[in-house]
Amino acid sequence: MHISEGILSGPVLISGMAIAAAGTAIGLKKLRNEDIAKTGMLAASFFVASLIHIPIGPAGVHLILSGIVGLLLGWAAFPAILVALTLQATFFQHGGITTLGVNTVIMALPAVVCHYLFAPLIWKNKTISAIGAFGAGSIAIVLNAVIAGLALIYTDEGLFKAAALIMGAHLPVMIIEGIISIFCVAFLKKVQPALLPGFKSINN
Amino acid sequence: MINEPFAAGTSIIHKLGPRYRIVIAVLYAFIVAVSYQFPVLILSLCISAIMAVCAQLNFRALVQRLLLVNVFILFFWIVLPLTGGGDIQFYVGPLPVYKNGILMSARITLKSNAILLSLISLIATMPFSVAGQALHALKVSDKIVHLLLISYRYIFVLEQEYRRLITAARIRGFKAGNNIHTLKTVAYLAGMLLVRAVRRAERVHQAMLCRGFKGKYYCLASFKPSYGNWIFTTFMAIIIICLAVMEWGNI
Repeated sequence: MHISEGILSGPVLISGMAIAAAGTAIGLKKLRNEDIAKTGMLAASFFVASLIHIPIGPAGVHLILSGIVGLLLGWAAFPAILVALTLQATFFQHGGITTLGVNTVIMALPAVVCHYLFAPLIWKNKTISAIGAFGAGSIAIVLNAVIAGLALIYTDEGLFKAAALIMGAHLPVMIIEGIISIFCVAFLKKVQPALLPGFKSINN
Repeated sequence: MINEPFAAGTSIIHKLGPRYRIVIAVLYAFIVAVSYQFPVLILSLCISAIMAVCAQLNFRALVQRLLLVNVFILFFWIVLPLTGGGDIQFYVGPLPVYKNGILMSARITLKSNAILLSLISLIATMPFSVAGQALHALKVSDKIVHLLLISYRYIFVLEQEYRRLITAARIRGFKAGNNIHTLKTVAYLAGMLLVRAVRRAERVHQAMLCRGFKGKYYCLASFKPSYGNWIFTTFMAIIIICLAVMEWGNI
């Protein structure tokens, strides 16, 4: 969920920037030089994944994958998402420059929360792992919609019902992202397990 | 396809220094974003339109971008007047239409379009690589500049990778529909994209190490000083101050 330019009020924009700056600072501090290429590349794949469309009924949504990004990157999700959103804002004018802070918080904060909640479940048995993956995908979307909704409501109480509508519209997205996340994590466990957090190689 | 339809050009705006454009664009966007009064918003929309004319933007691409955002704004025009609260302006059949909602939607429309036009004119008119170098010159953290430029470099590559994967799936008869099979396929496709991205990142990192990468961004590009930059900056600074005075001053 992006909020575009010209909707939010000054205080909301500034608080968004402050939280995004703090998150990004932590993310950058934890980001080692050897992870820069990987994080940049994952930011790029996050951007490209948003071009993938999935039909829901007659309409469609695009992939968000913020849960997966959170699982893979932890705090580095903040700078990665900031970068992906900057690219989106300059390339497609999705989101925007003044809303960059708020949008980064909307996407990255849930990603980090999901990392801490669900990363420990990934290497448990099959059922728990699937539950963890579903949780990461769907809870990320729920929090995403909640933060976006709060940003709208704090801007103007008149936006309350619009915010409620937007949050409601996220319900199907939440289920879809959860299911995609289950398959995606199962796939990564088979193909590139070292990518997932907490992977211990048999060799060492 | 991902592309930058406005980046190349020979207009006056394309010739201005990227650093000045970025700073002014951000300040201007913020002043418009926090404005509330209609005269200020209408004036800023006019100023942004003048910038767009100066930048000689590709008209079709511009209309496309503006349409996209205004379709999103249409959602507010449908919802807010019916739910905004406050005084009732008039009735459509049994439904009350609120004045607050109409004003709010109008404000959103003016602001969005004004900011969008200014950003397209000032920032989308430079290749993103130049924007990265300009941010470096503006003392943005090296790590962020690296991330921005690496992402920019590889979104095109990864997009091709994605197109290859989806073509391969289609050749095998994949058709997106409302079923679990579609979700599974898309999830594997996204997973494959991540795997390829990370494997490529390993190679890129090794190549960077070979070239002596230690986390610092060395920039060979230099920005030529010119009087035009200062004229533009002063002029825009005056406009921004005028907008602020109109918004908050008691005149």
